[in-house]
Amino acid sequence: MSDKKGLVLSPAQAKARRARSIAIGLALAAMVVIFYFATIAKFGPAIFERAL
Amino acid sequence: MAIVDNHISATEAGVRLSEATPGDYFALLKPRVMSLVVFTAMVGLVAAPGSLNPFIALVAILAIAVGAGASGALNMWYDADIDMVMSRTADRPVPAGRIAAGEALVFGLVLSAFSVMTLGVIVNWFAAGLLAFTIFFYAVIYTMWLKRSTPQNIVIGGAAGAFPPMIGWAAATGAVSLESVILFLIIFLWTPPHFWALALFKSGDYERAGIPMLPNVAGAAATRRQILAYSLLIAPVGVAPWAFGFASAVYGVLALALGVGFVWHAWRVFAMAEDDRAMKPAKALFAYSIVYLFAIFAAFLIDTVAGRIAGFGG
Repeated sequence: MSDKKGLVLSPAQAKARRARSIAIGLALAAMVVIFYFATIAKFGPAIFERAL
Repeated sequence: MAIVDNHISATEAGVRLSEATPGDYFALLKPRVMSLVVFTAMVGLVAAPGSLNPFIALVAILAIAVGAGASGALNMWYDADIDMVMSRTADRPVPAGRIAAGEALVFGLVLSAFSVMTLGVIVNWFAAGLLAFTIFFYAVIYTMWLKRSTPQNIVIGGAAGAFPPMIGWAAATGAVSLESVILFLIIFLWTPPHFWALALFKSGDYERAGIPMLPNVAGAAATRRQILAYSLLIAPVGVAPWAFGFASAVYGVLALALGVGFVWHAWRVFAMAEDDRAMKPAKALFAYSIVYLFAIFAAFLIDTVAGRIAGFGG
C-alpha cells in the first residue's frame, strides 16, 4: 500500500477548514429545521387531517 | 513532478489553501448594513395589514437579511480592487487576501439563490421577486455600473437600500401600497445626504480609488448644497406617514422634530468653511443620519403597534 499522503495542511489551514465545515454543517441543519417548521406552520391544523 | 509525493505542504506545492474563518465569510455579508436591512424590513412587515404566522415572518426577515448579505458579498467580489486602496475598506476579507475573489462570488451567488428561493417557497413569490430585483440592482446596477461611472451613483443606487421595508410589506401582504412606497422614499431620500456627508470627509479615499463621488467631481460646495436640498426633502417625507393618515400625531411630531434636526445638521454642513479640514459638521451629520433612520423607523413601528393595541390601527 502506498504511503503517499498528498497535501499536508498547516495547523492554521486545518483549523480554518474545520471551522468552515462546522459552520456549513450548522447552516444546513438550520435550513432543514426552518423548512420543517415552515411546512408545519403553512399547513396549520390541516396537517392533522389525514384520510384513513 | 507530482505534488503528492509525500508530506508536501500546500505552501511548498504552490497551492493556495484557504485560512478563511466563518467570521471572514460573515464579514462578506456586511453585517452592519444587514442590521439596518433587518430592522427596516421588520418594520415594513410588522406595519403591514393582515397577519402572518410569526415563524413565517421570522423566515421572511431571515431570507431578506441573507439576500442583502449576498448582495454585499457580490459587491465585495467586484469592488476588491477599489476596496484595497480605501482606508475604510482595505481590511475587508477579499482585499486583505483572506478570501479569494472567486470564493466571494460563489458565496454571494449561492446565498442569493437560496434567499430568493426560500422567500418564494415559504412566504410568497412577489416578495421573492422584489428581493431578487434588489440583489440585482445593488450588485449589477449600482456596484458594476453606477458606482464607477457617475456622481449620481448613490442617488440611484440608494434604491437598493430602500427596498427592504417594501419587501417586508410585500412578504406580509403579497403586494406594495402607498405606505410601503413612503417607507421606501424615506430611505431613498436619506441615502444621498448620508453618503455625501461621509464622502466629504473621506474624499481622499474616494479620489485614490477613482470613484466619482459628488465631492470629487462637483466639489465640496456643490455637495453641501445638495445635502441641504435633500435634507429639505427628507424632513417632510418623514412626516408623510402621519400626513397620509397611517400614523398618529405623536409620530408626526416626533418625525418633524427628527427632520428639523436633520435640516439643522445639513445647514451646519452647508455653512462649513471651505478650509475646514476637521469637517466636524459633516461627521456630525453622518452620525446623526444613522440615528435619524433608526429613530424614525422605530417611532413608526412603536406607533403602529401601539395603535393596534389601542384598537385604532390597521
